Parts: sequence; C-alpha cells; structure tokens
Amino acid sequence: MTALSITPTAADTTLHETPGGRIWRRFLANPIACVSLVIIVCFAVIAIGTALLGAGGWHWPYDPNLTNLEQKLLPPSPLHWLGTDNLGRDVFSRMLNGASISLFVGLIAVAVSLGIGVVVGAIAGYFGGLTDTILMRSVDALICFPTFFLILTAVAILGPSLLNIVVIIGLVSWTGTARLVRGEFLTIRETEYVKGARVLGQKDWKIIFRHILPNASAPIFVTAVLGIPDAILTEAGLSFLGFGVQPPQATWGNIIADSKTYLLEAWWLILFPGMAIFIASLAFYLAGDALREAAQSRE
Amino acid sequence: MSAFIIRRLCLTVVLLFIISIISFFIVTLTPGSPYPWGELNPKISAEVKANFRKKFHLDRPLPEQYAFIMRDLFHGDLRSVKDDRPVLSRIIERLPATLALNFTAMLISLSFGTLLGVYAARHAGHWQDILGSFVAFLFIALPGFWISYLIVIGLVKAFGVPILGTQSYGIDFPNALAAGLDRIWHLLIPAIVLSIGGIASQSRYLRASMIETLREDYIRTARSKGLSEEVTLYKHALRNSIRPLITGIGMLLPGLLSGSVIIENIFAYPGLGRLGYEAVLERDYPTLVALNFVVAALVLLGNLLSDLLYAIVDKRVRLE
Repeated sequence: MTALSITPTAADTTLHETPGGRIWRRFLANPIACVSLVIIVCFAVIAIGTALLGAGGWHWPYDPNLTNLEQKLLPPSPLHWLGTDNLGRDVFSRMLNGASISLFVGLIAVAVSLGIGVVVGAIAGYFGGLTDTILMRSVDALICFPTFFLILTAVAILGPSLLNIVVIIGLVSWTGTARLVRGEFLTIRETEYVKGARVLGQKDWKIIFRHILPNASAPIFVTAVLGIPDAILTEAGLSFLGFGVQPPQATWGNIIADSKTYLLEAWWLILFPGMAIFIASLAFYLAGDALREAAQSRE
Repeated sequence: MSAFIIRRLCLTVVLLFIISIISFFIVTLTPGSPYPWGELNPKISAEVKANFRKKFHLDRPLPEQYAFIMRDLFHGDLRSVKDDRPVLSRIIERLPATLALNFTAMLISLSFGTLLGVYAARHAGHWQDILGSFVAFLFIALPGFWISYLIVIGLVKAFGVPILGTQSYGIDFPNALAAGLDRIWHLLIPAIVLSIGGIASQSRYLRASMIETLREDYIRTARSKGLSEEVTLYKHALRNSIRPLITGIGMLLPGLLSGSVIIENIFAYPGLGRLGYEAVLERDYPTLVALNFVVAALVLLGNLLSDLLYAIVDKRVRLE
C-alpha cells in the first residue's frame, strides 16, 4: 500500500526529515508520551529552579530545614500545603528540594553507567574474539549479583554521600547498556559503510565513534531515559533504609523513612513523597517506552 | 545434551570464579575502613585492630586474602564479626524463609504476568494493549517500600490484623490449620508486594514474544480449525512463547532478592534480605562478602536450571 503510494504531500514531509526528526514526530503523535513529557519538563523546572533558588539563599515557600516544634505533624492546610513533619518542617518545601536530588541522581548515575556501558559494549562488539568473551563473561557474572544489595554494601563501606551514591549506582547498572551496545555493534560492524571505512584505512576508534556509534544512538538514548527512573527508585530505596543522602538534606525517600514512627497518624508524610517518586518514575518509563516505539517502528 | 550440560557447567565454574572475585573486591578494594567500629574510634587500641586484621587475614597481600576468605568460607571458619558464628550457617538458617518468600512472589509474578501479557498480546495495538502496557509501567514505577507502608496502614487501620513477622504472636490457635493459615497470611502480603515489579516485567516479555507467535502459520491453522480463542492462545501460542518467560525467571531471581532487602525489613521477615541489612548496619565485613557471593552463586545456578528447563519445555531447542 505505502510502497506504491505516489501522493506527494505525505512523502515530501517525511523525505527531508532527519532520523531524529522522524522519531520526534512519531513521539509527539503519542498522547501518553506528550503527557509524560510535560510531567518530566515540570519536574525538571521545579528541580532546577529549587536548586538555583537554594544556591542563592532563597527558599520558597519555606526554608526546607527550618524546624518549628510548635507546628509539628500538622495536616495539609493553606499555610502548609502538604503538612509538616515531626520537627515542624514544611513538607512541600522539603519535597521541592527532594526533586533536585532525584533529578541529579537520575542524570548523573545514568551518565556514569552510560559511559561505562557504551565503552565496554563498543569494545566487545567491535573487536570480538577473546576481548568480547572476557568482557561479556564478566557482564554475565555481574548480572548475577543482587544489584540493590551490592549497591547497599558499597555505600555502607564508602559512606553515604550524594556523590558516592550516584557513582555507585552508575558503576553497578551499566551491564544492560553494555549488552545492548555490543549487540548493535555486532550488526552495524557488518554493514557496507563500516567495511568501506575500514578499507579506506580509518583508525578503529574513528570507525567506532564516527561511523558506528551515531547509528546506534537511538536505542542507547532509549536505555538512558529508562535508566533515569531506575536510579531515582534505587536512591529512594537507599534513602529509605538510611543509606541514601543524609539528613538534614531532604530527599523523597528519607521523608518517608523519617515518618516511620508516625505511620498511623501522619499519612501525608508518606503519601505525597511516595506519589512524587511514583509519578516522576512513571513519566520517565512511559516516555522512554514511547521513544523506543517511535524509534523502532518502520513506516 | 550431555555435551551441552558439561559446557554449561564449565562456564558456570568460570562465572562462579569471577563472581567470587567481584564479591571479594567490592568489600576489600573500596576505600573505606573494614573495621566494624570505624577507623578513627579512639577507644579501639592498635592491638585490637591488629588482631582484627590478623583474624580476617587483612595483613596479607590481596591474592592471599582472597584465597583465605574463600577457604574459610567453605570450611565454616569465616565468622561473623557480630556473633562469631560461621557466616555460612547464618546464611543457611535464613535461606528457607527467603526462598519461601521469593518462590511465592515468583509464582504470583508468573501467573499474573502471564495473564496480563496474553491479554495485551491478544488485543495488540488496541486500547486494551495500551492499558496493559500502562499498568505494567505503573507497577514498575511503584516504590516497593511506599506501597508496603500503604498496605500496612490500610490493613491495620481497616481490619486491625497483625501482618509483621512470620506468624502472629500472643494468639492461641485452635488447631494446626489455623496456625498454618496464619503463617500463609504472613507470607502472602510481603510476597504480593515483592511480586509487583515481576508481574510487570514478565507481562512485557511475554507480550512481545506472544505477538511474534500469533503471526505464525500454525496459529492461523488452529483458528481455521475452529478452535476457541482461549485454546488457541493458551495451548498453542503460549507454549511457543514460553522462552522469554523462562529466561525471565533467571532475570527475576536477583531482582527479587534485591527487593527483599527492603520488603523483609518493613515486614520484619527473618530472611536473607534482613540479614544483609543487619550486616550492613553492623559493617559485618565477612557476612557481606559471603552474602554477595552466595546469593550471586544461587542466581547462577538458577540460570543454569532455567536453561535446562527451557530445553525440556521447548523441544526445538538444540543445545549446542
């Protein structure tokens, strides 16, 4: 049907499109993707905005670490939109700060894991042979480990600081990316243009970075997007166990952890931060999935 | 078949070796103090520290340390810093509870994941499929500790029933049946929470492979024979889409054990996850090494079993 189509209008618009543009257009045609994107943008604006305001010494609506014992454990009200915690700190302000931590964790952890995963996968897929065997068997071994417990062990020994947590999450979660990149490289390595580049005598690293990697960028980008919520959820879990970013710095996970003792009386301390983790992660997952679909489907 | 098993076993031994090295280095090479009391504690004399180093062979070069730790682990000489009991027996006594919990969770993940996956594949491209995918991602994005707390609050507030631990204390059960049901109840709630993520990932795997299978000729044949949709789907298509499900079991295991660190903690369930968390709190260095190693080794064996199972279920697989 489409092969014989000679209607010029539809063909013309898609003809001059870059591959990225095509994915982007298909992505925006998906209503779930659009909603997720809006949520992600809001989340990013809140996170970056709060971080910038905080760096300038400004706090809105309250200072997240300002305690007021006369106003502890207040339910949501016009004064404190999401209530106050056991030290009288404003939960809404703390959650805004938690957003910056979560975004930071998501982005940096993914950057670390992407860096390692792409390099290992590219080397294994491009060179093949013994290098491939050694690298991929190590990946197989690493996958056997209970990831979260491995992270917990490492954080406990290194000491929980924001940077340590982010780097450790990244160091432990690159295996999926490595496998994916290796698979892409194995396919693309056999294409005519890579063979052509090799015949022309181009250096290996140039072939890897100039010719193969750009053609594998779509699936890599998708795993990156899907890795962000994984990192956010992991950090929330660590914070919950007390091995995340340390108090008084507020994170979504440690607001819930702090409320353990007030489980039955202060529902707002659990409900709202959990919702925030849940909605932010869901938006990233749905956006990532929509992106994968947009990149995969061939018209 | 036997050639495959031998090759697979050799690979398993190699992987086991790599796993042992990783679990050793993650604890020894990270730049922190191995002492449970911290590096700078003024109450601990240099002599005590030296004894500690000697006991756990920390005064030796790294390769020797590694060899000693592995030897001690299997001889039962690797003792916990906390109660000086062999680490291996501490792990083994916690193993049944964790296995029961994870096995139940896996059963729930598989059955509901299959239903959801088949449902989504059956209506591929329609709103039911989109809804199915949405539900799957909803489940993946749910923070386990959050939903556990909501369930605990909900159940305790609404029914006032005890849910923590492995059984209710302070209640005289009239017979063994009631006591057994009580135990199942205590197992079921954490297992359900633990299985949420698994349901989602299983349904995604199954949906993808089921859609492939439904395009096959033999499915058209089954339909044209006039078989009901249920028989076609569950008898003809599912059997041929089972491959990712079985690989999925292998992938599920490490995830479940990771998840149980948090879930066992919330539900006060005495399994490996809780042991691990306690070891982390006490900086119980031998237990941490052993636990990472034993769990990874179990997962490796699980993968081996699932590969073999796969060959038995699907006769087309030629184990080469």
